[in-house]
Amino acid sequence: MYKTKDGEEIFIIDGHVHLWDASPENIRNIHGKQFIDCFYGYHASLSPPEQLWSPEKFAKYGPEQMVKDLFIDGPDDIAIFQPTYLKDFYKTGFNTLEQNAILKTRYPDRFILNGAFDPRDGEGGLEALEAMAETYKLQGVKLYTAEWNGESRGYKLSDPAAYKYLERAEKLGIKNIHVHKGPTILPLDRDAFDVADIDHCATDFPNLNFIIEHCGLPRLDDFCWIAVQETNVFGGLAVVLPFIHSRPAYFAKVMSELLFWLGEDKILFGSDYGIWTPQWLVEKFMAFELPDEIVQETGKQLTMAVKRKILGENAARLYNVDIAAHMAKINRAELKVA
Amino acid sequence: MARTQDVRAALDRVTDPELDESVVELGFITGITVEQHGDVLVNFRLPTYWCAANFSYLMASDMRDAVVALPWVTAARVVLDEHMFVEAINDGIAENKDFQEAFPTEAQMDLSAIRLNFGLKSFERRQEVLLRHLRGQGFTPDTILALDISGLSRLTLDPEGIMARTRYLERRGLVGGLPRAFVARDGGLISPDMLAVYLRNIRRVGLNAEFNGALCRGLLAARYNTSSPLPAEPELIDFIKQATASQ
Repeated sequence: MYKTKDGEEIFIIDGHVHLWDASPENIRNIHGKQFIDCFYGYHASLSPPEQLWSPEKFAKYGPEQMVKDLFIDGPDDIAIFQPTYLKDFYKTGFNTLEQNAILKTRYPDRFILNGAFDPRDGEGGLEALEAMAETYKLQGVKLYTAEWNGESRGYKLSDPAAYKYLERAEKLGIKNIHVHKGPTILPLDRDAFDVADIDHCATDFPNLNFIIEHCGLPRLDDFCWIAVQETNVFGGLAVVLPFIHSRPAYFAKVMSELLFWLGEDKILFGSDYGIWTPQWLVEKFMAFELPDEIVQETGKQLTMAVKRKILGENAARLYNVDIAAHMAKINRAELKVA
Repeated sequence: MARTQDVRAALDRVTDPELDESVVELGFITGITVEQHGDVLVNFRLPTYWCAANFSYLMASDMRDAVVALPWVTAARVVLDEHMFVEAINDGIAENKDFQEAFPTEAQMDLSAIRLNFGLKSFERRQEVLLRHLRGQGFTPDTILALDISGLSRLTLDPEGIMARTRYLERRGLVGGLPRAFVARDGGLISPDMLAVYLRNIRRVGLNAEFNGALCRGLLAARYNTSSPLPAEPELIDFIKQATASQ
């Protein structure tokens, strides 16, 4: 919960968090080391200096630190786990649904668990998805279209194999498809950042929501174009939001473009924890105002009502969270002693 | 020294396709070595270990071509530092292979499509800068959109405008509709009463590139714990910085 100076309460759903293990013991090879180094580069280059962690802490911060950073020191009310397996780089995986589920059991009202699938895993993958959906009551999945798998160097969500999985997901009640279209690992010859496939699947699966994480960065321009045409395409602010500190002028322009093209109902807050912590992100976002000249050009304002939507109400709609009921249920004192 | 500057000037015209900025400006170049007989070695680095191999390859081959084109250069070697595909890229560039030959099992398409796609984005970005500049100078949409290339070249502009025009004309040939100065990326006409909307639409291309540029600079600085390129030759950087600042 974020409280404004006037005592107004803002319900926060953090749409993008991780609990990873990139400790030396879990790193399988040079790629695992380079992967966490790259994440650390994001952390180091976009965080305010007083928010910097040591590389050791960053590699493995653990569940207690996470709960503290999100819900005790930080303003999150609910956080959505987005898994990233990377079993080729990390012995037990980088950030798996199974690991995340431990925290979900401890704090059932605080976390939403998302799963993952890879359309290249065939029938076996579909069965695994079914089992996963049943065990964890999944409402969403996180997909990496640029990920390697055997001989394949990535896939498109418009591929027939992907459609089979999307059909199954819909049947299983998984309606939120988070797609990582952003700075990516292992992009080779295929244009792994391309967002054009979303145009097709969003049209063909009108009952699913496609949340494009990192707003398609580095293809924000293409993403805006697609999102304006599809009513079920959303933008996740992870990686975009931290620019609010280091490049506030760019951030203002990007935010106004997103408001112009996507609209205020389709933008979702996400900290990308542990790359960044929600406390300073939300603090700065609440204090942020779009400069007048930008507002004049786009005609779009970042009002308190719009901030409320981005920070919680939009995600609440996608994940069927009853904000009023949740506010009553969450007892912060209980968290501190847990 | 003069030859090193020659090489630097040649490299300065090589851009990162995604960011549409010079690889020198971005701090990617870490060393320029010129041998007595005219062999040149260029070392470069990228913001992450994972930077897309196709873009890395494009830049490396553009750097090699730019340096080899200098009349006194006998041979050019371009070497990338610390990258997921460092061997395939360095060997491929050294042996003058195209991307598919360098990545025989992985590559499924050649780089020309990507080169064109990003060339068109660069066209739009540079066009937007120039159009906004001309509007700011008081030229009306009718005047601007009636210009042909030679008319545009003859306009009296301030230094900023000249720079914007030069940069735009470097990309103008990618698109049809010649000799008209300003057309959309498909070669189609832009009507004067739609110019404001047109500018509104292409603005996000430049914004995207700027945003990525900021991200890449930050990552590069974090990765190498430095923001100044070419650490081996500080006097040269200072010289160039001075030259850029006084322009």
